[in-house]
Amino acid sequence: MIHIIAFYLFAVLLIASAVLVIMSRNPVHSVLWLILAFFNAAGLMVLVGAEFIAMLLVIVYVGAVAVLFLFVVMMLDIDFAELRAGFVKNFPLGILLAVVLLAELVLGFGAYRAGTLKLGEADGTAATIAGRSNIESIGALLYGEYLFLFEAAGLVLLVAMIGAIVLTHRERTDTRGQNVSKQNKRRAEDATVNVKPEVGKGVTL
Amino acid sequence: MTAFFQSLGMNYEWAWFIATVCGILLIALPLMLAVAMIIYVDRKVWAAINLRRGPNVVGPLGLLQSFADGLKVFLQETIIPSAANKGIFILAPIVTFTVALGAWAVIPFDAGVVLADINVGLLYILAISSLSVYGVVMAGWASNSKYPFFSAMRASAQMISYEVSIGFILVCVVLYAGSFNLTEIVMSQKGHGLGIVNGYVFNILLFPMWVMFFISSLAETQRVPFDLTEAESELVAGYQTEYSSMSFALFWLGEYANILLMCSLNTILFFGGWLPPIDWAPLYYVPGIIWFLLKTFFFFFMFSWVMATVPRYRYDQLMRLGWKIFLPISLLFVVLISGWLMFTRYA
Repeated sequence: MIHIIAFYLFAVLLIASAVLVIMSRNPVHSVLWLILAFFNAAGLMVLVGAEFIAMLLVIVYVGAVAVLFLFVVMMLDIDFAELRAGFVKNFPLGILLAVVLLAELVLGFGAYRAGTLKLGEADGTAATIAGRSNIESIGALLYGEYLFLFEAAGLVLLVAMIGAIVLTHRERTDTRGQNVSKQNKRRAEDATVNVKPEVGKGVTL
Repeated sequence: MTAFFQSLGMNYEWAWFIATVCGILLIALPLMLAVAMIIYVDRKVWAAINLRRGPNVVGPLGLLQSFADGLKVFLQETIIPSAANKGIFILAPIVTFTVALGAWAVIPFDAGVVLADINVGLLYILAISSLSVYGVVMAGWASNSKYPFFSAMRASAQMISYEVSIGFILVCVVLYAGSFNLTEIVMSQKGHGLGIVNGYVFNILLFPMWVMFFISSLAETQRVPFDLTEAESELVAGYQTEYSSMSFALFWLGEYANILLMCSLNTILFFGGWLPPIDWAPLYYVPGIIWFLLKTFFFFFMFSWVMATVPRYRYDQLMRLGWKIFLPISLLFVVLISGWLMFTRYA
């Protein structure tokens, strides 16, 4: 009973917030609805017993990706009149995209209902092993059977990250940052000299 | 508790539901009381270090000061700036407060005394604490005022930076404990140090991790010396500038509930949670929750101590500490600890 109520609550909220992501006028509101959508999706994951995936969804998407989205969108100076001005010009393209998406949905559901696809048949092979949490199951799979693929994916991400840094990094010479190790290495003897000059002679520095 | 409600003639689901609601109240209400008292303690410790008296007028020794403050903000008028984005402006303190309470669901106060004993407990805490940035960001943006906005940007950058190193530190603890479940993490610390002391902090490899975790938890809760988001010399009061009355109080309560959460995490992850400090039979006669509260209180004292003695960081120093010092060191320790466990435990 509670399970069913929770499912419909999460599902309805998920769909409603997903619709509001594209319906709301203010982009910041859109991002906030998107966050709510992620959160409800995580709730659904918990309901099917995939709590590890649910937590990853919240940590990665809500905790990191969406914060950066929000960060960028908040700082944009958006002129709503200008946004709406392009509506007529982009209208045909929008219709085209909508038709393509609709066709894909219809095709996907049709093919699935027709029984020609054998996607995700519940034959018990995907179920978690009894007495083992799904973290352990995922770990055993990732670091056992799919070790090479997992490491390769990590390497691809590393290359992508280094690429992004190389492309956007520029050395700035006009800023004067703090060099902490240099400051720490500096001793009182290096900074001050204690001399007793003769009267009238002065000191050479 | 579910069994008790079942014995009253309810079916399992409703018994579970009512037991959970009771559990939530049993955690949330004492927590609110604890927050009120801990604000008083914070001000007293701070005052004592500054050679002042601190609150001493309302009630005996000023004990009722926080309640007087609460009553004051409760009676004030809520002012919403006309240029603010009203819905998000009101939502922001609610999000902060809710998120601060939410994480307490998985905290074990004693053996078996936990609302949700889930096997992804630590990940849940990480997930919830990554949400707490939204309250600040929403408040900063919705206020439509430049100081709160600066504060919101600082907060989001700061939280993301320190979450990375916190994640790696937690990985170290999880590697040793072999579980994400907080109860199992506490139990695995029993007799960890030479079979005498309970707690991962007595492990040479994990001690530096604890120091980094403590500093990161100061940064994560935006306490001094990392309270750049509320730096009053630059940003008035940061993201709270436009808030008044109860909406301000919710930020305040949420902030202290988060601080208590971080203190109890320090306790659970590194100081053996509800276990007594020394693995010696007579000490187990003291109820576990007493040990837990004592340790948490000790960490809160350390938080106040730091607040009273350390000056605020500059923003570039904060970023440097997070990305150039904590991140490489915690990464190195993940490698070191997994290597050590590989050779000793799993060889």
